Amino acid sequence: MNFSIVKYIIGYVLAFEAAFMALPCIVAVVYQEREGWSFVITAALCLLLGFLLLRRKPENRVFYIKEGFVTVALSWIVLSVMGSIPFLLTGSMTNPVDALFETVSGFTTTGASILSDVEALSRSVMFWRSFTHWIGGMGVLVFLLSLLHVKGDGSHINLMRAESPGPSVSKLVPTVQSTAKILYIIYIAMTLLEIGLLLLGKMPLFDALTISFGTAGTGGFGIKNDSMAGYSVYLQVVVTIFMILFGVNFSAYFLLLRKKFKQAFSMEEVRCYFLIILVSIAAISISVKDMYASFGEAVQQAAFQVGSIITTTGYASTDFNLWPEVPQTILVLLMFVGACAGSTGGGIKVSRLVILVKTIKKELHTLLHPRSLKKLKMDGHTLEHETVRATNVFLIAYVLIFSFSVLLVGFDGHDLVTNFTAVASALNNIGPGLSLVGPIENFGLFSNGAKLVLIFDMLAGRLEIFPLLLLFVRDTWKKF
Amino acid sequence: MKIIIIGCGKVGSTLAEELCEEDHELTVIDTNPQKIQQLSESLDVMGSCGNGSSIQVLSEAGVEEADILIAVTGSDELNLLCCLIAKKVSQCHTIARVRNPIYHKEVHFIKKSLGISMIINPEFAAAMEISRLLRFPSAIKLDTFSKGRAELLKFKLLPEFKLGGMKVADIMEKLRCDVLICGVERGGQVFIPSGDFVLEDQDLVSVIASPKNSNLFFKKIGIHTHQVKNALIVGGGTLGFYLAVILSDMRIKVSLIEKKRERCEELSELLPTVTVVCGDGTDKKLLMEEGLAHAESFVTLTNMDEENILLSLFAKKVSQAKIVTKVNRIAFDDIVDGLDLGSVIHPKYITADYILQYVRAMGNSIGSNVETLYHILDGRAEALEFAVREKSSVTGVPLSELRLKDNLLIACINRNGVVHIPRGQDAIQPGDTVIVVTTVRGLNDLTDILKVR
Repeated sequence: MNFSIVKYIIGYVLAFEAAFMALPCIVAVVYQEREGWSFVITAALCLLLGFLLLRRKPENRVFYIKEGFVTVALSWIVLSVMGSIPFLLTGSMTNPVDALFETVSGFTTTGASILSDVEALSRSVMFWRSFTHWIGGMGVLVFLLSLLHVKGDGSHINLMRAESPGPSVSKLVPTVQSTAKILYIIYIAMTLLEIGLLLLGKMPLFDALTISFGTAGTGGFGIKNDSMAGYSVYLQVVVTIFMILFGVNFSAYFLLLRKKFKQAFSMEEVRCYFLIILVSIAAISISVKDMYASFGEAVQQAAFQVGSIITTTGYASTDFNLWPEVPQTILVLLMFVGACAGSTGGGIKVSRLVILVKTIKKELHTLLHPRSLKKLKMDGHTLEHETVRATNVFLIAYVLIFSFSVLLVGFDGHDLVTNFTAVASALNNIGPGLSLVGPIENFGLFSNGAKLVLIFDMLAGRLEIFPLLLLFVRDTWKKF
Repeated sequence: MKIIIIGCGKVGSTLAEELCEEDHELTVIDTNPQKIQQLSESLDVMGSCGNGSSIQVLSEAGVEEADILIAVTGSDELNLLCCLIAKKVSQCHTIARVRNPIYHKEVHFIKKSLGISMIINPEFAAAMEISRLLRFPSAIKLDTFSKGRAELLKFKLLPEFKLGGMKVADIMEKLRCDVLICGVERGGQVFIPSGDFVLEDQDLVSVIASPKNSNLFFKKIGIHTHQVKNALIVGGGTLGFYLAVILSDMRIKVSLIEKKRERCEELSELLPTVTVVCGDGTDKKLLMEEGLAHAESFVTLTNMDEENILLSLFAKKVSQAKIVTKVNRIAFDDIVDGLDLGSVIHPKYITADYILQYVRAMGNSIGSNVETLYHILDGRAEALEFAVREKSSVTGVPLSELRLKDNLLIACINRNGVVHIPRGQDAIQPGDTVIVVTTVRGLNDLTDILKVR
């Protein structure tokens, strides 16, 4: 393991975090809040640590997949730890585990909060909370790659591979830097568009900013205690549409920009994603139509909730804790489906499910014709054995971590639905669950131990398990 | 520039490596997904799996916007087809590797009628390189500039030249000939010497001069410069065949040792003036019988690198011949260099080098005034050829009064087709082409040679 390069990159990450903290400082100045100083102090601390790490340039710049995974996992941990300091300094939270939970929940775009009264927070803290979603959505190392020019070999693709979700990460254009740039340009443009549309609906600027950050990163921190329920129908519809759009594979947008419409609209994953969304909305609208004044409202509420859950955002415009069993079950299932690969959302990812369904089909085919040979295809390309294998292993690891977490969280003594949906919502980076962690409740009821388990789940979910697991292998920390 | 490379064998990957370093946007295409995976993991390139002659694969790789397409798969016909198809849908320049000797004579026709910018034959290029070395046996390496009007020669400074310990300026005064010492490699370091630089024995010295003057220079320091009179070649493959043809044309007496009987018969039909010997080239007795001890040059071209290296080491021991060794695998070149084999030829490297020169020249013609660019002195220095089109701060001023950057030399001035080595009182004039040797990277214009105030 080449530790010097890992340290060096983490130094850069810290410097960027200091830069990110400038934004809540500006908010504090605008609203004349004293909390701004906490951000200044934390930013200075980040800069100092970053500077110490950057002072020694690594002689050996060789970068393999293991360094990529370890760097990404450690960066996210460091990022979260430093990001939680303002919460403590401002006195918004007193328990360090709570502060860490809130920050990890922010960066991993989960959106699960331990706060019972969000509106009591100062504006700058609220802004920081939402802004962590925006950074975490596309990934901080991808941001770094888009700005830093790395010369020579292309091993830094390993950083992107470790941070970007999906079974196989590929570049849009030949170089890593331009790929990262294109991703961020699409991301920023769509965020700005949403802010604009929300402002058109007479939403205050601060709300429009924070809610757009939450939507873009598919995070879901609300700035109101009732999440999104208080906003007008127009605003809810805009947020619904953008939540769903941010859950689409960004390659599709790139293809659209390149005017390759046919290719964009024939992406199997994206088609499947929209199909799941439409079917779920239809099923839920029918089963909850009696709870709302009109069928139109039922459809709108169903669409908002489905969009919010499948993209793993986690906003709520109604308390779906009160819904009947069937729509609740659909929502829980959608939690596991998740968004598309290459989007900002979490979960298992639609493309993995497509691959898994295809392997099942293939298995049935081989049972019927034992000597037949069949290659799996997706979007017209052959799926390599390696991709299929990685998908299977991912699912196994996912199920194991999930079951084990439910067991550990269960020691707190809450009911099974609470524990099950809490872990599901953490591991899939959603936010709300059901029962005691429903949309208008919060995660404050868990003990510190359970919170730590959930923190691990959130990170594991965002980084797709293996980067984080690698930290627990002893050989990772050895030079040879 | 946007470049597409089809075929990720040795040449393809070497090219990708070099071009990646120069910040081009690369897409590589190969039918083997593993090769694509390997390459796109180690380099910042985009991989695309498929047949490069398929229009669908090509347009997925973005051929419409590409500047250059390089086809270096194992098959000549496929390479040509790739270029042909790419040309139909795009304005890009195309480069194809075509190695079959049957096409070799028709290469100009093919180039013109198919609209291909460059066709490279790796074996022929390697044979040309070897023949140049044999024409000038004292040089380890030889590059040409200004369409052959200037040469860059690398040789080892031996004690019998009696130049060790002397300053560069003194040497010039003593020898009184129009050459310039433009680079010295000593123990892994590279120097661009100024007038008071002191040479030492065993240095690898590079000089630049016109061919006539370089002959004179070598004669004066006591190196016999005449081309070799005979050559013993081991290995009668395509490269051996081309080399034998070229050497015979240069009136060098060639003996060629080849193992396979049928190939020997074929060769002797094609090469009536060459002595074709059927036998095992690794047989000591056979080599001695064919007169290795008195041969003036010995070229090992078998398909086994290890065999070539061993044969060369043996020849070095028993004879005074100029030795040229072919080594295919590039990975361990530092080890091979350490063996002091004299000239080592990497055919794949040569192919990649030729293509690189073309690409660089193209890139330069877009962004700067550099006409050609060579990587010299083990790639640690550059020789750049600038065309002086108009008056600027460097023209009309005697060179001794220009404040040049450190580690930079104006190596020669080409005026009206005559190359001469500039002295302090000379001045650059519009219309000249100027060759600059430097370790400073990224020069785009002739005025960049001056120190920034």
